[in-house]
Amino acid sequence: MSAAQKAAEAGSPVRSKLTVREVSKTFRADGKEVRVLEKVSLDIHEGEFICLLGPSGCGKSTLLNIMGGFLKPTSGEVRVDGEVVTKADPRRIFVFQERGVFPWLTVANNIAFGLGKLPYAEREERVAHYVDLVGLKGFEQSYPDELSGGMKQRVEVARALAVNPDVLYLDEPFGALDSITRLTLRAEILRIWAAEKKTIVFVTHDIEESIQLADRVVVMSARPAEIRRIVPIDIPHPRDLGSPRYSALREVIFDELGLAHKI
Amino acid sequence: MDDLAKRRRQIESIVLPILAAALLIFVWHEAVTLTGTKIMPAPLAVWKGAIELGRKGILLPYIRDSLLRVGTGFTLAALVGIPLGLAVGLYRPLEQALNPVIQILRPISPLAWIPVAIVIFGIHPAAAVSLIFLASLFPIVVSSANAVRSVPPMFLQAGENFGLSRPALFARVILPAALPELITGLRIAFGVAWIVVVAAEMVAVDSGLGYLIVDSRNAGKRYDLVVAGMLLIGIIGLLLDGLFRAVEKMRWLRWGFRADS
Repeated sequence: MSAAQKAAEAGSPVRSKLTVREVSKTFRADGKEVRVLEKVSLDIHEGEFICLLGPSGCGKSTLLNIMGGFLKPTSGEVRVDGEVVTKADPRRIFVFQERGVFPWLTVANNIAFGLGKLPYAEREERVAHYVDLVGLKGFEQSYPDELSGGMKQRVEVARALAVNPDVLYLDEPFGALDSITRLTLRAEILRIWAAEKKTIVFVTHDIEESIQLADRVVVMSARPAEIRRIVPIDIPHPRDLGSPRYSALREVIFDELGLAHKI
Repeated sequence: MDDLAKRRRQIESIVLPILAAALLIFVWHEAVTLTGTKIMPAPLAVWKGAIELGRKGILLPYIRDSLLRVGTGFTLAALVGIPLGLAVGLYRPLEQALNPVIQILRPISPLAWIPVAIVIFGIHPAAAVSLIFLASLFPIVVSSANAVRSVPPMFLQAGENFGLSRPALFARVILPAALPELITGLRIAFGVAWIVVVAAEMVAVDSGLGYLIVDSRNAGKRYDLVVAGMLLIGIIGLLLDGLFRAVEKMRWLRWGFRADS
């Protein structure tokens, strides 16, 4: 039985790539219960770029970890292609801040990390392709500690893309970078997204970043996090940061977050 | 300006230790001369003693024997201790089971094991090796377990994400990630093993630098040779430590020691 058939049987919409259904998460620490996520539901389409936006510590990373299969929800479920997510899977790669690259491997070997099953020639070819795509030509044999933070982030994105996943989860990937590098990498991730047509779920607490990148911005509340509002960003790429529409959307999101936090 | 400062630091790193050593030797020499002691040898007497040992053809064989014993004991300890430590670091139940035993045995000085070693091995060189084995085993187990436990969860998560099986995760993520700390643990354990060589060679052997010290005192109170043996142990210890540090600087390990540089 195909995944789509299974999905149809389970009654979830087939057209969604990723379905989050009433997901709640409660952590238990020192006998106290901390509610982190409260009945979050979300449909993400194939090839869509989604930003989860919310204040630090609101639970958006927890949601991403549940989507990735690294955490189990207390209740509710996440499905990808109609299949319930129960564990991590190479079809869905999680990109951390640049600290996720393996420091004992060269750039080329980092990118080849998930390609163990491929024949040598094909592996080399893929590595070369993704080295090129993320602009690291000439650094194949360098070790991560010789690279800047931005370059390490590129290595991690290339390592993720090399295994040809359907979905990329990015957890505040540019959070630790300086603002100029951050701007450059935003442009890069959009270029890569356009070239590779992946479904991307991108966690950030940066309003500007979310408007620049996303098809839809999912604005989340403080803990326990709920979805306050989903804001479609209807500005065509390349997006003009100075356009009135941009300011208007920013205002909408700001209001939404402001309401959530009573600024 | 920056280059100049760097150069100055380089020169200082060579000159300062030499100055300190020279000062120490000078103070030692003056102290011996001023007190007129007949027991404590002056630096020059120690130097002559070392030359004498070299002439008699026992210095190099003694060094070789000591290195061999420490090498054997340490290698055996690594062969047992690394897998044991890794297992303890990986499996929580094993850690819970073994940790009290390790913590009880660990603070016992290798000297205390001498009678036990003789009971088990008799008057045999294996008794000496067993002391070195014991002295290095516990630091190796403890540091290997810590090395595994301190692997960043992010690396494990990434390995899992790329679909690695448990054995593959161990070989391709846990082991390489733990390696720098593991090597540092080995270096420290080797230092301990080398310290214990004197105690170990008091037992059941008639060669080596430890034996040299004990024998020179017992047969003829040759304190010049006692001190020569002490200094040789110190100098060789320093060189061996340098060897381990050179390994730590290897390309695929260096990342783990960034705090040092």
